[in-house]
Amino acid sequence: MTGTSELTMLQAINEALHGEMDRDERVVVLGEDIGHVGGVFRATEGLFEKFGGTRVVDTPLSEGAIVGSAVGLAMAGLVPVAEIQFLGFSYQAMHQIAGQMARLRYRSQGRFEPAITVRAPFGGGVRTPELHSDSIEGQLANVSGLKVVTPATAADAKGLLAASIRDPDPVMFLEPLRGYRGIRGKVPDGNHVVPLGSARAARDGDDLVIVAWSYQVELACRVADALAAEGLSIAVLDLRSLVPLDIEAIASAVDRCGRAVVVEEASQTGGFAGEVLATMVEECFWSLEAPVVRVSGFDVPYPVGMLEDTFVPDEARIAAAVRRTLETA
Amino acid sequence: MTRPSDDQLRAILVDMVEARIQSGRLWNLQRQGQVGTMAPIDGHEAVVAATAHALDPAHDWILPQYREPLALQRFGPEVLEQYMLYNVGHPDGSRLPPTVRVAPLQISLATQIPHAVGLAWGMTLRNEPGVATVFFGDGSSSEGDFHEAANLAGVLQAPVILLCVNNQWAISTPLHQQTAAATLADRAVGYGIHGHRIDGNDAAEVFNAVDEARRRALDGGGPTLIEAVVYRLGAHTTADDPTRYVPAEDLEAAQRADPVARLADHLTGLGLWDDEACAAVEAEAMTRIDEAFERAISQPLAVDAVFDHCFATDTPRIARQRAGMLEAASREPGVGP
Repeated sequence: MTGTSELTMLQAINEALHGEMDRDERVVVLGEDIGHVGGVFRATEGLFEKFGGTRVVDTPLSEGAIVGSAVGLAMAGLVPVAEIQFLGFSYQAMHQIAGQMARLRYRSQGRFEPAITVRAPFGGGVRTPELHSDSIEGQLANVSGLKVVTPATAADAKGLLAASIRDPDPVMFLEPLRGYRGIRGKVPDGNHVVPLGSARAARDGDDLVIVAWSYQVELACRVADALAAEGLSIAVLDLRSLVPLDIEAIASAVDRCGRAVVVEEASQTGGFAGEVLATMVEECFWSLEAPVVRVSGFDVPYPVGMLEDTFVPDEARIAAAVRRTLETA
Repeated sequence: MTRPSDDQLRAILVDMVEARIQSGRLWNLQRQGQVGTMAPIDGHEAVVAATAHALDPAHDWILPQYREPLALQRFGPEVLEQYMLYNVGHPDGSRLPPTVRVAPLQISLATQIPHAVGLAWGMTLRNEPGVATVFFGDGSSSEGDFHEAANLAGVLQAPVILLCVNNQWAISTPLHQQTAAATLADRAVGYGIHGHRIDGNDAAEVFNAVDEARRRALDGGGPTLIEAVVYRLGAHTTADDPTRYVPAEDLEAAQRADPVARLADHLTGLGLWDDEACAAVEAEAMTRIDEAFERAISQPLAVDAVFDHCFATDTPRIARQRAGMLEAASREPGVGP
């Protein structure tokens, strides 16, 4: 019988990679520094030693060719898992991600199966250099043909990554940089798969629902727990994946609570919170008791270290938005 | 190196003549508003047809750009059928059956080059004998994807043939504004791979070069960059007017080196070709493309086909959009599933 282990999110991701490479010999891992050194964060640690240099491949510093060759590997019937070292670097592969990988199935009308997973850490809060922290999940969600998966817990990181690798469609698997070692929890041992497209109730509540994904779920839960002490019943809905989007879960939570706050770290204009908000209005307009509020990054490039804390939504900003929404008659 | 036999050269010529005639027919269909924008093959016939004949359709892959399909008959009659569907704008125009080792056309230039490297690499991982051959142009050789893919191919020693068809023009931009390099084949040195510059108007030379590159790749000798020098004898596409920028004297000189006429002359000298044979091939080519066109325009198309094959299974959002379209169609008389 299988039990659970207490793991960091990084360890959970590593377990999923080991498990999927073990399970399916078509799985090939490629990227910069993912072999010998085990990844700059050690997410791929031990894979090279266990599965060898033909299935765990250190590539040249070449994001376009990493994703582009992953498309070709999929055309050959393999299941590539590519790593982009930081999501902001995927701008240098966007022509392959959006223009090629996302539409391989559509362009070939189902002949080729783009069972490709592209993993990348994203999000800020750890004082990285420029372009290491960009949250562009909304841009990716706007690319038809891509799935966008955003785990918030260690268990989900393992289960959603396994599901992503097994999924027949291309998945952008976005890992919260702050959560790599900052998020830990009980993770089921062995085979653990969390289906894509099913949101998770991270906190139950009836007064207001905070909808979030990735590291912002962690922040939202802290806010909900703090406000519980004041007698407020705040739900937190973890979307888990932006595409596919669990429309039913959003509608159900908003219908129940009547008030909602959406949290994202990305810049606000065109961000995915706007899509969530639009979904709430379409599905639940008559249930809403107050305007829905977005807590987002600002409409500026992700800033340098000394400005970072003013950009990234924190518990205070989320709590203020919650109070404001609750106070609206 | 294996020289093509006279029979092989004749088979290549048949494909070249058919391609040119069919390309002209498509041009006219476009002018009549029957098909969308198309790129004529004129001047590329030898390099495409001879490459196809030097490869093994049962094991080797071709990743085209967009000018090649009419000269890829060796890879199966389905290529023409699919190309006509593509030209009339039917989604099935992008799907070839699993037995035909030809990738969909590529419009975003050079992006197919890393795909070819990945495909070739994947074949080695699966222990499948074969090479991937990718067509691209002199303009595409300026794209980052060419450099990244050529570099990766060298590192991996992937069994891939990078076939750069240098037709001197990227729409209106001449080669000397594309690169300061003396030749495009020279770039192979920088990636540690083999590079050859060949006369792309000489079908036998193309066949030899591709055959040699293929054998080397299958023996583990890695990738080859072939620069096949030709001249674009027609317009870039039906949307282009080359008289605005192609010098008339250059075009006349290129026409004197026409690859179709050149191989026809050679085989005529050997007694393997004559006007009668040519007329028969041309008539057959016209019949085939017209029949393929008729089939293409009568190919059924579901009301909700726009949603098919975006994902393996519709997302909840797409499922709602599809249901909405079907519901609207069912309310319109004469329309609907």
